[in-house]
Amino acid sequence: MAFDSKDTAAFKGVWVFCEQREGVIMSTSYQLLSEGRKLADDLGVELCGVVLGKGVNEQFLKSLGGYGADRVYYAEHDLLETYTTDAYTKVLCDLIEDKKPEIFLIGATNIGRDLGPRCAARLHTGLTADCTHLDVDVEKYKDFLRKSSTIDVDNTKFEENKNLKMTRPAFGGHLMATIICPRFRPQMSTVRPGVMQTQAFDEAGAAKTVVEKVAVALAASDLKTEVLSVEKTAKQMVDLIGADVIVSVGRGISKDPEAGIKLAEELASVLGGVVGASRAVVDADWIDASHQVGQTGKTVHPRLYVALGISGAIQHLAGMQDSECIVAVNKSETAPIFQAATYGICGDLFKVVPQLIEAIKALKA
Amino acid sequence: MKAIVCVKQVPDTSGKVSVNENGTLDRASMATITNPDDLNAVEAALKLKDETGCEVVVVSMGPPPAEGMLRELLARGCDKAVLVSGREFGGSDTYATSQILAAAVKKVGVGPEDIVFCGRQAIDGDTAQVGPQIAEKLGLPQVTYVADIQKEGNTLTVKRMLEDGFMKIKVQTPCLLTCIKELNEPRYMSVGGIWDCYQKPYEVYDYEALKNDPLIDTDTIGLQGSPTNVYKSFTPPQKGAGTMMEGADKAACEKLVGILHDKQVI
Repeated sequence: MAFDSKDTAAFKGVWVFCEQREGVIMSTSYQLLSEGRKLADDLGVELCGVVLGKGVNEQFLKSLGGYGADRVYYAEHDLLETYTTDAYTKVLCDLIEDKKPEIFLIGATNIGRDLGPRCAARLHTGLTADCTHLDVDVEKYKDFLRKSSTIDVDNTKFEENKNLKMTRPAFGGHLMATIICPRFRPQMSTVRPGVMQTQAFDEAGAAKTVVEKVAVALAASDLKTEVLSVEKTAKQMVDLIGADVIVSVGRGISKDPEAGIKLAEELASVLGGVVGASRAVVDADWIDASHQVGQTGKTVHPRLYVALGISGAIQHLAGMQDSECIVAVNKSETAPIFQAATYGICGDLFKVVPQLIEAIKALKA
Repeated sequence: MKAIVCVKQVPDTSGKVSVNENGTLDRASMATITNPDDLNAVEAALKLKDETGCEVVVVSMGPPPAEGMLRELLARGCDKAVLVSGREFGGSDTYATSQILAAAVKKVGVGPEDIVFCGRQAIDGDTAQVGPQIAEKLGLPQVTYVADIQKEGNTLTVKRMLEDGFMKIKVQTPCLLTCIKELNEPRYMSVGGIWDCYQKPYEVYDYEALKNDPLIDTDTIGLQGSPTNVYKSFTPPQKGAGTMMEGADKAACEKLVGILHDKQVI
């Protein structure tokens, strides 16, 4: 039977695209499976992980079950070893047309954001980008709104159905929007890395996961691009998402960016943390984009977030406001960052930070 | 040979953004700019023009005032501008937008040596979806996150950024590339360019102009044809203000460090 994305009743199950690079499953996949598990439970359906690759270790495939997958579809082919838009889109769309999942989640990595839209366009369905929250259950969605919005939930009408409610920041994080895709399936969403929490690994789940190898129809002529090489940049990449402590700098360092960043590095070093930055600092080329926290950067929730000279545009707050403790240092008393901060010091960061470093060193001595 | 560039006029979300009582964006109060990544796409096309003398056609979907942005891009050196504009196109999500833009790009005409350039993403939606979706609708190969382009005849070698490195990808024209900031430094308008920009070809494609394309169907364009809809939009609540330390001297810093230590944050 021909594939019809409008025949919503024919679709069942929650799928997660489990991206691998060089045979290693990306940690985003575990976050998505953990989230997908909740959705699958609310719907009473199966959760499947989908892996495309070559020679991926059986243990890695089974481990997806430890994060909630009931089943793992593994498509193995020489041409799937390294990501290409054409090969991955063809194999995934073939599989979706055959098995018809109702929800399909993809990590919003540089690769996921290339693959997702191409697949959605081919399948004729909707795709919501960079989601930060997902619900199928209306009551759970209402609970989320009670915590995260100014909507008067109890006096608002909600359509009662199990459509996927995909929430994402819009307009640089100034607004939040919940998007639905009611008329087409699968309901597709890319999800921001670092937003969803990974559940504890469950040995029993891993043991009972079914790994199913799927047939792949792929020829070299299907690929219109050729990957000549994959290269890692020599510079050390900062692991913001996994960091326990982040010290970020903003426009406040502009009178001496180099010294400002150096101070942040020193403070991060005594706190055992890493350095982040606001969009302004990255746009000015004072620091590499991998350090960027915020709507267009990374979403982080460290134990301690120190914001130095960051005014606190919503675009930045969107990426760090769920940090457990936020300390802000800013010259302007009215900076919005103080609204989000747990503790604030109104002062010049170039004077305050050395004093903080001193005090921490004294404490640890 | 031709370079076709898809651009978008966006509200400047880096400046002051105001939100209406009902949670929608107060667009009237906001400045509009050409989407930053799209300027890198325009520059890539203009560089190609510098090297090969190719024609650069810039295409945008939006309301009639977007003409101002397109004239500016003509002043930067683009040769021809097309505004895709019509009531029927309003309310389109990324899927519907890519249907319409793909039809417009087809009408401009994609030849065997041509390249379609887009910005990676627009700062109002930050989806990065329209470029790849146009490529799919046109059956073109795509490379996204492009940071460098080397061209030899009809073969491009493109640097495509990953989070921790990059890929080198070989692709033939015709193809679609989405451009990022690292690709180039956009040039400014020239005085001669400003002088010329009202003399250069400027066309408007409305629904009538595109309706014969199979991509254009009331089921696939506009609010009606969009697979995704907004279910709710809302503003995040303001958090209560935290504790402000008194002063910013040594004593204040020591006190703060003491509190953080007591609360086992450090």
